[in-house]
Amino acid sequence: MPTPIKEAPTYYDEVRRKGYSRREFMQFCTMLAAYMGLSQAGIAQIAKAMQQKTRLPVIWLHFQECTCCSESFIRSSHPMVADILLDQISLDYTETLMAASGFQAEEAMKNTMTKYKGEYILCVEGSVPTDADGVYCMIGGKTSLQILEEAAEGAKAIIAWGSCASNGCVQAAKPNPTSATPIHKLVHGKPVIKVPGCPPIGEVMAGVIVHVVTFGKIPELDGMGRPKAFYSKRVHDTCYRRPYYDAGLYVESFDDENAKKGYCLYKVGCKGPSTYNACGVTKWNNGTSFPIQSGHGCFGCSEANFWDNGRIYERASAFPGFGIESTADTVGKIALGVTAGAIGAHAIMTNIRKHKMITDLEKEGRKSEQDLENT
Amino acid sequence: MIHPDSVHKLRRVYVWEQPVRIYHWLNALCILVLIVTGFYIGDPLAILSSREASAQFLMGWMKLIHFIAAYIFLFNFIFRIYWGFVGNKYASWKNFIPTNKKFFREIWQVLKMDILMMKGKEHLSVGHNAVAGISYFLVFILFLLQILTGFGLYAATSDFWLAKMFAWVPYLTGGDALLRQIHHAVMWLFILFTVVHVYLVFYHDYVEGRGEISSMGGGWKFIEEEVFQEMKREAAAKKKKSPQTAGGTGFKSVPESALKPGTK
Repeated sequence: MPTPIKEAPTYYDEVRRKGYSRREFMQFCTMLAAYMGLSQAGIAQIAKAMQQKTRLPVIWLHFQECTCCSESFIRSSHPMVADILLDQISLDYTETLMAASGFQAEEAMKNTMTKYKGEYILCVEGSVPTDADGVYCMIGGKTSLQILEEAAEGAKAIIAWGSCASNGCVQAAKPNPTSATPIHKLVHGKPVIKVPGCPPIGEVMAGVIVHVVTFGKIPELDGMGRPKAFYSKRVHDTCYRRPYYDAGLYVESFDDENAKKGYCLYKVGCKGPSTYNACGVTKWNNGTSFPIQSGHGCFGCSEANFWDNGRIYERASAFPGFGIESTADTVGKIALGVTAGAIGAHAIMTNIRKHKMITDLEKEGRKSEQDLENT
Repeated sequence: MIHPDSVHKLRRVYVWEQPVRIYHWLNALCILVLIVTGFYIGDPLAILSSREASAQFLMGWMKLIHFIAAYIFLFNFIFRIYWGFVGNKYASWKNFIPTNKKFFREIWQVLKMDILMMKGKEHLSVGHNAVAGISYFLVFILFLLQILTGFGLYAATSDFWLAKMFAWVPYLTGGDALLRQIHHAVMWLFILFTVVHVYLVFYHDYVEGRGEISSMGGGWKFIEEEVFQEMKREAAAKKKKSPQTAGGTGFKSVPESALKPGTK
């Protein structure tokens, strides 16, 4: 049986029981407050919440996905993140990490759903296929959509982890054979927090959950449903290579001198200028690096439809309806050529069809000229 | 009426008021600057420099110029819309948005005479002809589209409330990638428009000889006295019939004979 939810211990109690010092606990609160973009008062708020509040019941569902979100989450930089959010937050049901299986697991989920109706947080990793009545992804004899609808019913809020749950990701890329659908299009009347990225940054995931724990409400979201604290800036605008961009110094190909010098990857297709994420600030793997720092352009993995948004290693993207090789510039140049041709034809026709008007005007002008001469 | 041997006497008509002319050239300059800098931003040149990156700011300048030109373009556009309500009849919004059947009749006639080169009655539009008018209306929509997409891309990097007002635009397109694509494609429509526009100005000047090209300099066009008098009579007759609806586009069908120069 999965651990039943006990009433008493607070997050802080559990943290101390695990052997962390108060100092480490405060470091954790400070780190998360910084990631969440809170002021210094926010540290105290987090610390207070962690010391007073009991565990938040969480159901974590997996549909069409690769589990990279879970992997990212358990590898977030501060060890306490994994501890506090996986052990302390009650993950009553998560296929990847729960101890129970089969009937027991289903039972645990049911228990949480009834006991904490209207209180639990539903985390969803993966998209939901809706084609062929949803048979492309079934668990325990139920389709993903049925499971999602049941679990969403009593949820306080829904967190859509990663690009799959937020935007559909690779399985929703054209032609989207299974009609993979992101969560916000299937669940209505419940707040859906989108945490896109393939995967999202572990600290960002932790920040979202701690925000809900601390403030008892979902973080402020932007127009696309993403937490503003982590998705309001472009990777480009927080990139350490930005000075090279502004200077006009670019990598032309991955094996050139400029690449060695660490110039901007704009011209080799970096999607940083159109990608909203915290990679440039938070970085990955305990703040070690992020794609651009290791010499590869941003992939744009946290943007909607990023698989269909254009080529990975080029700036220009294919112009729809004109084949994958044509860009807006190719189409534009052809259109310009056609226009120039049409103008040329029109100019010739003008001289033929309007010949009389033109010569009459010329004659009139010449007559005035002669009149002037003959005075 | 027309003396067979005389050359035409031309009547000076003040068509483009000074604010319209300033708008026009400021707009032209902005578009030129925006296209040049836009091309650079979209696909910057490969430069080799031995100077430190900190001593260079090429893309920075290009973007700065692009953004400044964009603001001027926006305010200039807003001013032009305003002037469409307070300017003279050639500047009026009625030249751009079809409000009556006459507008559509004129569109057809202009297409017949100037584009398809059919034989028939020549027409005279002192200001914009109907095809030009509706084309500019479509171009204004492109302006709007370009402003929305451009400021939509810009909003996230600005603290200015005006720019921030466009922050919702990327949410419509599901992100910046498509927004950038639209912004880039619409620029090509600007280029195509400019090419056709400049050609047609030369065309009208060449075929009609009423000072089409220079009109955006001094504001004047020159109308044959006979045509002018006929237009005046028609306007007076129309005014008598219904004083409210007088005005319009200044469009007039002219018998071919009236446009012939005196020399046979």
